[in-house]
Amino acid sequence: MIRSFFGATARERVAHLLDAGSVIEFLPPQESAPSPHLARLGLPGALDDGVVVGSATLEGLPVLFAAQEGQFMGGAVGELHGAKIVGLLARACAVRPRAVLLLVDSGGVRLHEANAGLIAISEIMRAVLDVRAAGVPVLALIGGLCGAFGGMGIVARLASHVIMSEEGRLALSGPDVIETVAGVEEFDARDRALVWRVTGGKHRLITGDCESLVDDDIAAFRAAAAHALHAGVAPAFTLAHLLARQRALAERARLLAGLVDGLDVWRALGVPDADEVPMRTADEMMSVAAEMEH
Amino acid sequence: MDIHALLATLFPNGHEVAVDGALVHGTATTAAAASVVVVGTAAAVAIDAAIALALAGRILAALEGPPRPFVFLVDTSGQALKRHEELIGLNAYLAHVASCVDLARRCGFPSLSLVYGEAVSGGYLSLGLMADRAYALAEAQIRVMDLKAMARVTRIPLEQLQKLARESPVFAPGAENYARMGALQAIWAVPTAALLEAALTDLLRDAPAARDTRIRVGHQRGGRQLAEPAMATVARAA
Repeated sequence: MIRSFFGATARERVAHLLDAGSVIEFLPPQESAPSPHLARLGLPGALDDGVVVGSATLEGLPVLFAAQEGQFMGGAVGELHGAKIVGLLARACAVRPRAVLLLVDSGGVRLHEANAGLIAISEIMRAVLDVRAAGVPVLALIGGLCGAFGGMGIVARLASHVIMSEEGRLALSGPDVIETVAGVEEFDARDRALVWRVTGGKHRLITGDCESLVDDDIAAFRAAAAHALHAGVAPAFTLAHLLARQRALAERARLLAGLVDGLDVWRALGVPDADEVPMRTADEMMSVAAEMEH
Repeated sequence: MDIHALLATLFPNGHEVAVDGALVHGTATTAAAASVVVVGTAAAVAIDAAIALALAGRILAALEGPPRPFVFLVDTSGQALKRHEELIGLNAYLAHVASCVDLARRCGFPSLSLVYGEAVSGGYLSLGLMADRAYALAEAQIRVMDLKAMARVTRIPLEQLQKLARESPVFAPGAENYARMGALQAIWAVPTAALLEAALTDLLRDAPAARDTRIRVGHQRGGRQLAEPAMATVARAA
């Protein structure tokens, strides 16, 4: 049975991604209180402030996880939400699980708590790199309603390994923000196919911002995460890594100069039959990506 | 504040810092650290992939030399809002800049940042907020979004936001709010060489064990009451 990652709540994702019965939530709803910042604005809060954090096992391996709830305030990061993730990452440095799984589903900073959210995201960025420096891989899983945007788009890219579905979106500024500021001719946020060609999972696989593309099925995310753990994923950054990335990102910018549509990017990067990309399955895309590396 | 005037004020012992369009880069002489590496932006530039690469390139080049502190000079109106930039993955470029600052810290190159103009969202996240210590001039404008735009997006009346902004540092623009929430070590009324020397001395004293203490500082200053206990509970839950 296929259980959509996209349509699931954060708690459903956690329940089906991780080993049955292994999940322990930290600061669960019954021990928490909703954001007073939202209450002051007359807005409803959530007891978990839109993120579930805890420990579990994945195919028997100990992991820590944070799962953002896209259905609450767009998964956006406020003071409490951010602090829970920072605490989880600090815990990871101390207890050294086999991995930290970040189920990112977020528009970025929660505007109602904008300063707290921005600072929290910078704390999450540093903490992710602390976890990696401690030798613990960080996996980002992106396939929810809100994608990974704003600062959470940066956080995702700091992870050791990114797993996305075709429906997942990964970028910085949301299309609606760009449309509002720069006009509909710059980015038509209602053109879903265009948004997908600029930010979607297949596009990110091709640009090299995502290592695993999977079907929109929680079991497929689980299999990809387990595979990444068993196969071993990138260790902490070294100077050699970052110099190589500097060259790769410079080359990407050079190859893609002036382009504004994913289709042109796929052609420029040598994807065979680029027009066919929207029709291909996740597995087929993984084969295409593997061939592009050679 | 004008970047050339700022450089002359901060580095009276001399500097070789160039202002190449929006990119600020070079070295300067200080009493506290002899040589420091200066990297930053000017003219409230929006950070795009090209500027991010240039910033990262300057940081990486310095890492191939002897360890010394970085001084990041921040003036940015945020990330570039263009479809092309998103298409090529601006988030990956900003993550790369952040990774370079982080690696520098681990390699004995501590960093401090000074907002001397604007600091907005993604532009501030990738460089200024990654530094070990962050400072701002009193005249600096630090924000995610101004209150008018925030009122429009959140559909909360501007008057209500303005009233709440007087009571809470949590969402309204302003360096003072970022200091209360622990993100800024201090605000400088005006820039002086003495303030920079003192900041560098503190940085060099504390940096070897540099940990991110902003949540604790924000709690001590009363700006963030929720974060510290929540973080501690999650970090130490049995």
